Amino acid sequence: MPEMNMVGAINDALRHEMRKDPRVLVMGEDVGKVGGVFRVTQGLFEEFGEDRVIDTPLSEGGIIGTAIGMALYGLVPVPEIQFADFIYPAFDQIVSELAKMRYRSGGEYASKIVIRSPVGGGIRGGHYHSQSPEALFIHTAGLKVVCPSNPYDAKGLLLASIRDPDPVLFFEPKRVYRAAKGDVPEGDYTVELGKAAVTRPGKHVTVIAWGAMLYEALAAADEAAKQGVECEVLDLRTLWPVDIDAIVASVKKTGRVVVVHEAPKTCGFGAELVALINEKAFVHLEAPPIRVAGFDTPFPYSLEMEYLPLAHRILPAVLDTARF
Amino acid sequence: MDQEPRAVPEARESLPPLTQPSGQLDKLAGLYRQMFLIRRVEEECARAYAEGKIGGFLHLYIGQEAVAVGALAALRHDDYVMTTYRDHGMALAKGMSARTLMAELWGKQTGCSQGLGGSMHLFDAKNSMLGGYGIVGGHIPLAAGVAFASKYRADGKVTLCFFGEGAVSIGGFHEGLSLAALWKLPIVFICENNEYSMGTPLSRSMSVEDVSMKALGYGIDRDRFFVDDVLEVEKRIGEAVQRARELSLPTLVEVRTYRFRGHSMSDPAKYRTKDELELQKKKDPLARARQKLVADGYGDARLEQMEKEIEAEVADAVKFADESPEPDASILEATTYVGPFAS
Ligand SMILES: Cc1ncc(C[n+]2csc(CCOP(=O)(O)OP(=O)(O)O)c2C)c(N)n1
Repeated sequence: MPEMNMVGAINDALRHEMRKDPRVLVMGEDVGKVGGVFRVTQGLFEEFGEDRVIDTPLSEGGIIGTAIGMALYGLVPVPEIQFADFIYPAFDQIVSELAKMRYRSGGEYASKIVIRSPVGGGIRGGHYHSQSPEALFIHTAGLKVVCPSNPYDAKGLLLASIRDPDPVLFFEPKRVYRAAKGDVPEGDYTVELGKAAVTRPGKHVTVIAWGAMLYEALAAADEAAKQGVECEVLDLRTLWPVDIDAIVASVKKTGRVVVVHEAPKTCGFGAELVALINEKAFVHLEAPPIRVAGFDTPFPYSLEMEYLPLAHRILPAVLDTARF
Repeated sequence: MDQEPRAVPEARESLPPLTQPSGQLDKLAGLYRQMFLIRRVEEECARAYAEGKIGGFLHLYIGQEAVAVGALAALRHDDYVMTTYRDHGMALAKGMSARTLMAELWGKQTGCSQGLGGSMHLFDAKNSMLGGYGIVGGHIPLAAGVAFASKYRADGKVTLCFFGEGAVSIGGFHEGLSLAALWKLPIVFICENNEYSMGTPLSRSMSVEDVSMKALGYGIDRDRFFVDDVLEVEKRIGEAVQRARELSLPTLVEVRTYRFRGHSMSDPAKYRTKDELELQKKKDPLARARQKLVADGYGDARLEQMEKEIEAEVADAVKFADESPEPDASILEATTYVGPFAS
C-alpha cells in the first residue's frame, strides 16, 4: 500500500472515479492547468482534458449554479471552492437550490454534486483563509457534510460521497493536507458516510473532534493519560448525518464529554452535539458537556494559536470534566 | 466621453522627449517618491515573509504602483478609496504610514487593525481609506453605497473603487455597476487588469477581453488605457473623477497593467514565460518615471537624496514593526472554555 498525504489521497480518489465514471467532472478556479492552489487536482487536466477538468472564472455562484444544472441532467460534478471562506457568493445556490431540489421536485430531480473545499486555520491565513463554516451547512436540511482527518478516510469518504445520491459538502482540513500521512489502498474502496471512528479507546472522558483538531484531541489525550485520565477520542468523519449511536455508546461508557471544533462556539456544531447528547444520554452524564472551540470573533491573523482549540486548551477541559 | 472605446495603444518603446515646466517636474518627482516608497516597502515585506515575520498570504503590488499613485493624485484627500487584498500600494498612496502598514503585516498591536487583520485589510479612516477587501468583488456594491451616501449628503466627495479583472466575472461587480448607473452615483470603478486572475490568463476567463465594454450595458462612461506613465494615469482618472464630482455620474475605467510577482508569495507563477515577464519589466512605470526625471533635468543628486530618505523611512518602519508588541490574547473574547466551568 502506498503512503500518501491527504492531497495525494484526494487526488487519487478523483482520478479513480473519473476513470471509472464518465459522468464525473471537476471544475473550479485554477483546478485545471495549475492543478489547484493546494495542488489537489494536479495532473487531472492532463489526463482528462479541459472538458472534464474545467478552469472557471472567479464566479462561485456561477460554479455551483452550473454544477447544480449539470447534475440535473445526470452529470456528477465535483466543484472545488478554493477556500471555504469564498463559498458565500454560492451560498444562495447551495441553500435555496441544491439542498432543496429533491424535496421541491417531489423526488423527481436530485442534484447530486460534491463540493470540495479546504477549511480551517493553522496557516496564518487570517480572516478569509481560515474559517470553518460547517455548521451553516449542517443547519441546512438536505445536505451531507463530511470532514476527513487522514488520507485513508479522505479517499474512502470522497469515493462514498461521489457515489452517494445526495449533495455533499466535502471539507478538507488544510492544516493537515500534507502533514497527515498514511497508507492508502490502491483502487476501489469506500468509507461509509455517517460512521464515526473510535481513534483512541478510553473509559473516562469522551472527546469528540474531526479534521485537523483530531490530532489536538489525541495530543491532549496523551497528556491526560499521564495524569490517569483515559480519553476515548471519536473522529466524527461525517458531520452530518452524525453518528449519534457511536457518540451515545461512548458517553454511556464515560459519562463525560468534551467537544472540540475550530469554528466559533456560539451555534457551532458543538452546540447541536451537546443538545443531542442531552436528549439521548442525559441519564448517563456525570458532568456537564464542555465545548472547546474557536472564539466568537472573526478568525484573527495574529493570535492564531490562542484562537484555535489546540491541545493546551483541550487538556484542562478534559481534566476538569474528569474531576467534576 | 466618446462612446467607442479608445484603442489600446501599443506599448511605447521609448518615452517621447518632453521638456517639462518645473511645476510638472516637481509633481512627477512627488509621484515618483510615492511609487518608490511603495516598491521599497513591498520589497522589504517580501524579505520579511521569507523570514517568517509575515505569515499567510502576501499579495504584492510590485509593477502596478503607477495605478494607485496616479489615480489617487487625481483625488482630494477626503475622497474615498476601496480596493482589494492587493492593498499596500493603495494604503500608502492614500497616506497610511509605512510604520502602521508594516506593523499590521507583522501582526503587531501597532498595526492599523492591531495586528488582527494582516495584509489584506488595510483601513485608515483618517485618510479616507475604506479598506482592502479579501472577498473578490464583495466590495464593489459597498463602494456604490459609499458613493450613494456622498450624493445623499451632497458632500462633493468621490469614491474610487479598485478591483482586478477577476472580479468582473462575479455578481458583485455587476450589481455594483448596475446600481451606480441607475442611481447616477459619484464613483469611478477602476479595473486593474493585470492579465492574470491568479493562474488564469485573461483569454481563459472572459469572453470579451475588453473589460471597459461592460460599461455599455449599464449605459455609463468608460475609458481604457495602458499604464505607462503615472501622469497619464492621473489625467485619465482625473477626467472620470471630474465627471463623478461635477455631474454625479459613474465611469468604468480599465487600466492595463502587470504584476511582476506571483499572485501571492506562495505562487511561483509558472503559468507565464520568463520572456513575457522580462518584456513587461522593461516597461516598468517606476523606472520610466525615474528616466523621465533624469532626462528632464530633475538632477541625479536630488533623486538620490530622495531615495536615501525613503530607504531611511522604510528601515525605520521595519524596526518599528520588529520591536512592536504582539496583541494581547485578552483581546479574544472570553466566550469559550477558559477554566473550570467558567460561566
Ligand atoms: C469570492 C472569492 N473567490 C475566490 C477568491 C480567491 N482569489 C483571491 S484573488 C483571486 C484572483 C483575482 O484576480 P484579479 O481579480 O485579476 O486580481 P489580481 O489578483 O490580479 O490583482 C482569487 C481567485 C477570493 N478571494 N474571493
